[in-house]
Amino acid sequence: MAARKRKPTRGPTLFVATRKGLWLLHGDAARRRWRLDGPHFLGHVLTHVVLDPRDGRTLLAAAKTGHLGPTVFRSTDLGETWKEAARPPAFRKARPGEAARAVDHTFWLTPGHPDRPGSWYAGTSPQGLFHSGDGGVTWEPVAGFNDAPEILPLLGGPQDGTPDGPKLHSVNVDPRDPDHLLLGMSSGGVHESVDGGRTWARLIDGMEVVEGFDVRDAGFHDPHCVRLSPADPDRLWQQNHCGIYRLDRPATTWERVGRAMPAAVGDVGFPMVVHPRDADVAWVFPMDGTTVWPRTSPGGKPAAYLTRDGGRRWRRLANGFPRGQAWWTVKRQAMTADAGAPVGLYLGTTGGEVWASRDEGARWGCLARHLPEIYAVEAGVPAR
Amino acid sequence: MTGAAGRPPLEAMRVHVPTPLRSYTGASEVEAEGATLAAVLADLDRRYPGLRFRVVDEQDRLRPHVRFFVDGEQLFDLGRPLRPGAELFVVQALSGG
Repeated sequence: MAARKRKPTRGPTLFVATRKGLWLLHGDAARRRWRLDGPHFLGHVLTHVVLDPRDGRTLLAAAKTGHLGPTVFRSTDLGETWKEAARPPAFRKARPGEAARAVDHTFWLTPGHPDRPGSWYAGTSPQGLFHSGDGGVTWEPVAGFNDAPEILPLLGGPQDGTPDGPKLHSVNVDPRDPDHLLLGMSSGGVHESVDGGRTWARLIDGMEVVEGFDVRDAGFHDPHCVRLSPADPDRLWQQNHCGIYRLDRPATTWERVGRAMPAAVGDVGFPMVVHPRDADVAWVFPMDGTTVWPRTSPGGKPAAYLTRDGGRRWRRLANGFPRGQAWWTVKRQAMTADAGAPVGLYLGTTGGEVWASRDEGARWGCLARHLPEIYAVEAGVPAR
Repeated sequence: MTGAAGRPPLEAMRVHVPTPLRSYTGASEVEAEGATLAAVLADLDRRYPGLRFRVVDEQDRLRPHVRFFVDGEQLFDLGRPLRPGAELFVVQALSGG
């Protein structure tokens, strides 16, 4: 008797980019069973790997190695085969008298607007913005940003920004308008363009800086992660070096909603995750930003925090995580949500573990251990 | 590009390729032509697309963890002339965990 072919159930796939390679975690539709697939690019430094939600096929990986310069790899078969970009992100040649900028690594990848298939943005270290119009095969500098006289003074040198160099990150494309872009610079503030990247305006009012520095100088602002709410693109969320913020456009002054976090935990951290369908719901993963900035889970007790009312109240979500002596934390693109109902949450730790929740953070379970330090976790649903 | 006797013609260089670059070349030793290091790297990139940018940045600076040696001497300058038939050693140079 011929068996009826069962429709395969396909859940999300997680793309786990680490300091020493890429792993994929393939979930079933219930998000209960996960299959670890990897390593891909063993030994390569993978900073961000993103599946194009517009086609469910194009997978871009930002990579370098200890020896070799930065590049972008592409796959259209979920990582079975890879092809290198013909022209990876690279600054234009310096003119006489200019600082000669070279991409150390591509740090951030963002698929463009659904109406512009093949459009992608990349943020680099040192800070540069790049665009591809052909699905990541060739990349061009966004001159309106990289060469803007008001941006150039914000570009950090080797001693600025993070230990791995200053970053351009959090490229957000407004789902209502492909020319409306937002991005973050660590350091350098939040910047917005309404003309597809030709011109930019600062969006730093209300954001705080480290005590003693000039709050009016964008160079002192360090937005760790900026997210536009897909449910209401006028609502922006931000995890900053100095707190958690919300901004409802057209207002231009950020509100430090992290002040409602418990004082013992504080509101410092790196990731910022927003609900795909409810603009009032967001998650953060605090870290210890006191004294010498240990950048561990506060007290060695990892926990996510959830707000369901736009940041007025925050609830601790630690069910399933170690209750103590767990000193890992989560980097800025290493925590994400899927589009399921309830929303699934995923995070990768500096200790090489992947944790997941099927119920918006109420309970957590570990999906993988003993991976290298995790730099990024993204979820995507591959096309059948 | 091999000559009648199976050896490279005089202008071709033998290039020794370190393991990180063998995903491009597929071999530990390849040939390339050029009168300078820049020309040799350009020829290598024609033969093995993408290779050059992994070892030279967009401002034409040699990347810090790849070194080039000819006749036992380290090269720091892309414009450095190379004698025909010289052997170029590309070496990875990095330590740490």
